[in-house]
Amino acid sequence: MAIEIHIPTALRQYADQNSTFEVGAGEVHAALNELTTRFPKLRPHLFTEDGKLRNFVNVFLNDENIRHLSGDELKLKDGDSISIVPAVAGGR
Amino acid sequence: MSAVRVDPGVIAHVEAHGRDAHPSECCGFLFGRLGTDGKTVVRAQRVDNSFEADERHHRFLITPEDFLRAEKQARAWRLDLVGFYHSHPDCPAVPSAYDLEHSWPVYSYFITSVHADGPRETRSWVQREDRSAFDEEQLEAVPGLDEET
Repeated sequence: MAIEIHIPTALRQYADQNSTFEVGAGEVHAALNELTTRFPKLRPHLFTEDGKLRNFVNVFLNDENIRHLSGDELKLKDGDSISIVPAVAGGR
Repeated sequence: MSAVRVDPGVIAHVEAHGRDAHPSECCGFLFGRLGTDGKTVVRAQRVDNSFEADERHHRFLITPEDFLRAEKQARAWRLDLVGFYHSHPDCPAVPSAYDLEHSWPVYSYFITSVHADGPRETRSWVQREDRSAFDEEQLEAVPGLDEET
């Protein structure tokens, strides 16, 4: 099974400049764990010290934000894609 | 100061959006390439400011869903999403503490200063890797960059 994780431009420097990374995991959190095991410098940018997804980072499974998914909805099937999405805001 | 090569049409796009949105802040995406020969910005795209309506005079927000659509657009164009732009209505084109708190390294942040009579200037900023401050990037206008893509 091949699952592609899309890495945003700002975080590619922590992933050997890869824009995508293929994993074989069967569940979203396991896939992210596979990614950060391969690229440990990514981990602090995605997760807090107690392993929770950072507030300024969202993860999408295909077109769904995983904050709105649970249980079996987080299982992966061949061809799924995961996207890491940084929150963007600002102002004067 | 590092430099970013930009198609002049991008600056025109950003300033026109800033003028249209005034007195609210506008925001949008910057597409280009990030390579060993530096950063280029060849194309810009408007996006809705999703902050609460009564705060848009000094805040902007891009939703994760809009970001995801922009990433897909970048891939379709064989470009990278290399940054974002927003306007500072009636204020200088200099990042605020709020900008610093909510930004990311690597990306270019174009800020355009817009007053009621029109845009004043557009400057580009990039956050330091330790997130402690912004450094300015020199905007180097290169006509025809978009046609090269």
